[in-house]
Formats: sequence, C-alpha cells, structure tokens
Amino acid sequence: MSDDHVDGNALAGDLREIFAVDLTAATGRCAGCGHRGSVAALRVYRNAPGLVARCPECEEVVLRLVRGPDRAWLDLRGTVSLEIPLGS
Amino acid sequence: MARTAVSGRLTWRVASVAENRAITASARSLVLDVPDWPGHLAGQHVDVRLTAEDGYSVQRSYSIASAPDGNRVELAVQRVADGEVSPYLCDVLSPGDQVELRGPVGGWFVWRATDPAPVLLVAGGSGIAPLMAMVRARAEQGSRVPFRLVYSVRTPEDVYFADELRRRAREDAGLDVHLVHTRRVPDGAPEPKRIGVATLNTHGWPPDFTPNCFVCGPTGFVETVADILVALGHDPRRVRTERFG
Repeated sequence: MSDDHVDGNALAGDLREIFAVDLTAATGRCAGCGHRGSVAALRVYRNAPGLVARCPECEEVVLRLVRGPDRAWLDLRGTVSLEIPLGS
Repeated sequence: MARTAVSGRLTWRVASVAENRAITASARSLVLDVPDWPGHLAGQHVDVRLTAEDGYSVQRSYSIASAPDGNRVELAVQRVADGEVSPYLCDVLSPGDQVELRGPVGGWFVWRATDPAPVLLVAGGSGIAPLMAMVRARAEQGSRVPFRLVYSVRTPEDVYFADELRRRAREDAGLDVHLVHTRRVPDGAPEPKRIGVATLNTHGWPPDFTPNCFVCGPTGFVETVADILVALGHDPRRVRTERFG
C-alpha cells in the first residue's frame, strides 16, 4: 500500500485533449502479463517528466504520456490493445 | 481552421468564480460559472490550470461535487498546506476571478440513473466530492435506486456538506448515510475507528445484490476498502475506484 501513485482516472483530461472519446473507460491488455483491465484502474505515477501508467497486476509500464508546449508524446508499447466503448 | 475537423478533442476554457465558501476549516466549495458547459455525469472531474505571469503552469484534477445544473459546476477543494494550487484556489480566488478549466472528463468512475443496481459509496475525506454528485444526481433525477454512503472522516468537524447530508439522510428515501470517525467521535459515540470488514459488512450491500461500489479517497484508503469489498465477495469489476494520491 503506497500513496505515491494515483489511478488512470487522472489520465482522462490529458487523453481527451488528444482523442475524441474518453479512453479511461477503455479496456486495455498489458503486453507484460496479458492482464485485461480498465485504463481508469491503471497505477499512474506523476513524479516523472510526464505521466507513467503501470499495470496493476505486474507493474509493467503500459502507457507513457509527455506533454510539451505544442505537442504530446504517447508511448503505448506496453499495451497490446485497447477496447474502446463508442456508444451506438 | 482545422479545429472544426477535430471538434471531439477537448481544450481549455475559461470559467469564472461565482462563489467561494468554507465547507470545513480546511476545505472550500468553489462554484464556477462555465460558459457553454456541456453538462456532466455524476462522478466526472475537471482539470484546473493556473498559469503564472512567467508562463509556468500547473494543473490539478478536481471531482465535480454538483449534479448537472446549467453552466454551474461545484468543486470541493481541500487545502493542502504546502500545495501549489489548492491554497490559491481556497484563499485567493474570489467571485469574478477567472480560472482555466478542462472537462468534464472521465467515463469510468460515473453513476448513471439508468443503472438499476443498488449503489454503495465509500468516501475517505475529500473523496466525498464525486460521491456527493451521485447522491445529488440521484435526488435530482427522482431515482429510486437504493444508495448507501459510508463516509470516513477524522473528526465531526471534517464532514463535508454535513448539513445537507443530515437533511438528505432524513428526506431522500432510499439513502442511508453512515459516518466513521477515525480520530475523534461526536459526544456520546463509541471510540474512533477505521473502516473495516465489519463496517462494510454492516453498512454496505450483500454481494448477492450485485451492487455498484464506488470508492474514492486517498490511495491507501481506496486500496484497503477495495480489498475488503473483494474479500467480502464483491465482483472486482463492480468495485470502481478513484485515488487522489
């Protein structure tokens, strides 16, 4: 139990600045252990030059997001796939 | 410009402060007037950004405590003594002042009145904010979904929205409110304690009812409560959590 992280809910604003739909309700699959879970439930560390999200099961880095003044870098190499609810 | 082609993206907008009043000795209710606010779901949050004259800027996320109400959005801000943002929001920002805001955001930690499942809300400290939005939205929409709120605070003086919660516990049919005091209890009450298995067993719902559980508070609190709920037999997919560090 530690207080040094928050969760994937905290990614919502920064991801909505890039994507047209909410990604925190998406289900992701971790490239490290295969765990499927909501992006909102990832462990998010903010004490870095960007946001680092880790799998709650195996703690592998699944998403990194760095925001510069006029661009963003999104690294998803730790994520196999994202299943994104789109409504109907 | 190309902006219309990417209209789904969310950008910052300017909100003005309508009200800034005390909720407890260390927390303020900040009511913002946001032109063209698109409305929100109970449980969603906004990001607030402050920019200094030299261009240095910081942003923080705050849950929305109000039910949808036109262009008005209420945030509950806990003053963090050495914080960069909350002392400014609490002690400096006055009605008429402007602040940058992005939202509403978050589509996972939300309650929808169309879901008939009973609801258990578990709040630690200022984690009450998004859960208060759910309690208010339930009443606003005339929902009969049974709600139980278990709210952990240090002392009786630390209860956010204390009068309103007392009133709603009396008047909102189907809403139960249970307070847990961790440091000091009201006169005549038993010893201070923390939320444990017994609390959630007694004041929550049986797992058989397949309730939606929403847990919000400091990270350690949320992990303890979520672990207890899962150990009691609740489906982990129905235990939704929001940690604010």
